Amino acid sequence: MGVIHVTDRAGQRHTLEAIEGWRVMEIIRDWGLPIEGLCGGACECATCHVFVSEEWLDKLYPPTEEEEDQLDTVMTRPNSRLSCQILWTPELDGLEVTLAPTGA
Amino acid sequence: MTDHIETDVVIIGAGPVGLFAVFELGLLDIKCHLIDILPKVGGQCAELYPEKPIYDIPGFPMVTGQGLVDNLMAQIEPFHPTFHLNEMVESLESIGTPEAPLFRVKTSENGTTFTCKAVIIAAGGGSFQPKKPPIDNIEAYEGTGVYYAVRKMEMFRNKKVLIVGGGDSALDWTVNLQPIAKRLTLLHRRDAFRAAPHTVEKMRSLVASGDMDLHLGQVTSLKGEAPVLEGAVIRKDDGSEFTIDCDVMLPFFGLTMKLGPIADWGLNLHENVIPVDTEKFETNVPGIFAIGDINTYPGKLKLILSGFHEGALAAQKVHRYVYPEKRLLFQYTTSSTSLQKKLGVAA
Ligand SMILES: Cc1cc2nc3c(=O)[nH]c(=O)nc-3n(C[C@H](O)[C@H](O)[C@H](O)COP(=O)(O)OP(=O)(O)OC[C@H]3O[C@@H](n4cnc5c(N)ncnc54)[C@H](O)[C@@H]3O)c2cc1C
Ligand code: FES
Repeated sequence: MGVIHVTDRAGQRHTLEAIEGWRVMEIIRDWGLPIEGLCGGACECATCHVFVSEEWLDKLYPPTEEEEDQLDTVMTRPNSRLSCQILWTPELDGLEVTLAPTGA
Repeated sequence: MTDHIETDVVIIGAGPVGLFAVFELGLLDIKCHLIDILPKVGGQCAELYPEKPIYDIPGFPMVTGQGLVDNLMAQIEPFHPTFHLNEMVESLESIGTPEAPLFRVKTSENGTTFTCKAVIIAAGGGSFQPKKPPIDNIEAYEGTGVYYAVRKMEMFRNKKVLIVGGGDSALDWTVNLQPIAKRLTLLHRRDAFRAAPHTVEKMRSLVASGDMDLHLGQVTSLKGEAPVLEGAVIRKDDGSEFTIDCDVMLPFFGLTMKLGPIADWGLNLHENVIPVDTEKFETNVPGIFAIGDINTYPGKLKLILSGFHEGALAAQKVHRYVYPEKRLLFQYTTSSTSLQKKLGVAA
């Protein structure tokens, strides 16, 4: 067991219990934070877009070409990732992410 | 000019579930029209994952999203449904009684109206609409300086046009609008494009010859006294910022699903889905049914399989509204010659 820290769109930080083998999107959704995850993690919607804290970026597997293609459909920052493409493992204990804004 | 159509049933949404409902209704001699905001049928299967394999459709160990849609279209062909694509259902009004429901349905694009005895809402996750980039105040420029689609190219003649995105729409409109725009700029977050290779090549040669500009970065804010757009502030990956002068910006970020006008039709809603009973999948308004991803009930699973089942049960109750005087006999397609005649397969 471990945790992830998620800052919501109002700036509030939440500490969520994480489960090995779950995607970060699923953890955030399961705890009831407002992440859409429209496609259920199929890398087809980019509604699970998050900003990953600088110090964690290098600890993640780099995005696949498929993830980069989906990231093209939202406004990104250099630390943008799709949370459904991050599988939680104990090495990610304490991971810090912020929910990206959604369109109007 | 407003078209008016009278039919038994209007189906809102031509996703897999709406398509299969045509089959279940057809077996019961019920005619229908389908309406979808997308230019093509198939809903999420065709729009979001046409080439991905689906493994849980009974009888198909594997079928792609588009493959399933093609098969559904072949299966309902005998019933000749009429499709109204590129049309958004805007209003749904009850003009009958609970015992003898009658509805008026109106669409936006060319204002078709329908009168029908039952409505099946198969609207899935909602209507597909363009993704809007999260830029402050962007709404203030919509329709004057910001457009999510090109309806008439002439609108952009002699304008300074900024196109944002890296997919097919962005690239297609880049090469199509470049000759008529005063100056065209394409902005994308990275130097890789998900578009037809020859279109990308064309764009690159226009950049090389100095006939258009290509920049890498993201729009952070818009400039100009709304509703008049004058420029966009761009941030590059290294954090530096610059401004691109433009009269119009066309962001092409693909589609997302929004509930849309369904929220205004007087139906009970629970977190953007419509509660129904599990006997006939009827809503709180007699004669209006909701099947597929758009509905909810205890134990609901958002699966194509479930939507098919729901369509079959809804059709039974629709029959009572369309043919109040007729008794409905339960029949199998394998053994009923009358069903086989309808399908055009009986000897
Ligand atoms: C990536 C991905 C993978 C999936 N994999 C599977 C799987 O393996 N197995 C499975 O069973 N399911 C899967 N699903 C779920 C499945 O796609 C949905 O359950 C299914 O598409 C629901 O069908 P539907 O016809 O109810 O709605 P949709 O497919 O959402 O179609 C609804 C249609 O209605 C239209 N519409 C809505 N409102 C209006 C309006 N007001 N006016 C006009 N048109 C309107 C929309 O434009 C849309 O075309 C997957 C989904 C995704 C995104
Ligand atoms: S949930 Fe759709 S891309 Fe992540």
